[in-house]
Amino acid sequence: MNIQELCKELNLTPVAGESGMDKEISGCYIGDLMSLAMAHLEEGYVWITIQSNLNVVAVSALKEAACVILADGVTLDANATVKADEEALAVFTTEDSAYTLAKKLGALGI
Amino acid sequence: MVFHYDVDGNDFTLAGEISSKVKKRLKQLGLPPEVIRKVSIAMYEAEINMVIHANGGAIDVEVTPQAVHITFADQGPGIPDLEKAMQEGFSTASNEVRELGFGAGMGLPNIKKNSDNMTIDTKVGEGTTIKLVINIA
Repeated sequence: MNIQELCKELNLTPVAGESGMDKEISGCYIGDLMSLAMAHLEEGYVWITIQSNLNVVAVSALKEAACVILADGVTLDANATVKADEEALAVFTTEDSAYTLAKKLGALGI
Repeated sequence: MVFHYDVDGNDFTLAGEISSKVKKRLKQLGLPPEVIRKVSIAMYEAEINMVIHANGGAIDVEVTPQAVHITFADQGPGIPDLEKAMQEGFSTASNEVRELGFGAGMGLPNIKKNSDNMTIDTKVGEGTTIKLVINIA
């Protein structure tokens, strides 16, 4: 499944990096601490978090995550939006909690 | 091949910028993905440490056919108890920094885990120098 399809399935709202929507998804990591995300994210992963600062984009880009989903209605900081666009890193927001998102991703076979 | 970078201590918005630049250069050099992955993780953690704790510093990266050698040098406060600092979960980061998702106490352990050799030279009040070797072959 690619990001575009995931966005539709989960009814996510794109907030940045819409040029990076064709990447394939290989897995998922949920967490809000940069060091742990740095250690556990893999290429092609969806990262679900409530962190909205620039470092989310930096870590995602370094680990080549497929996209970021901001849970609980969190929105992305303005400078992070600019950076995500530059990096073609798709970032979404949704009112769903991380738990609800995890269940939905599981049901989709991710 | 040697690259030199200065890390701005006050600017969180630049966090990860140097790690990202080095990653791109190593990719251009055609280094194995596993080496690039280890360098990226170790560099990001060390770069963030410099911003959080040491008001910036300097990073030198040398690539030889055998290994990537990275030196992080700062004139920060130094590490009073290195043994504690190496423990997973120990952190002296401020609440402000923790709210940004740092201070997990995984920085130095992550750096060690992703390098083949790590030496730390630190003196309270003078600064810290970390040297890493990440083998290519």
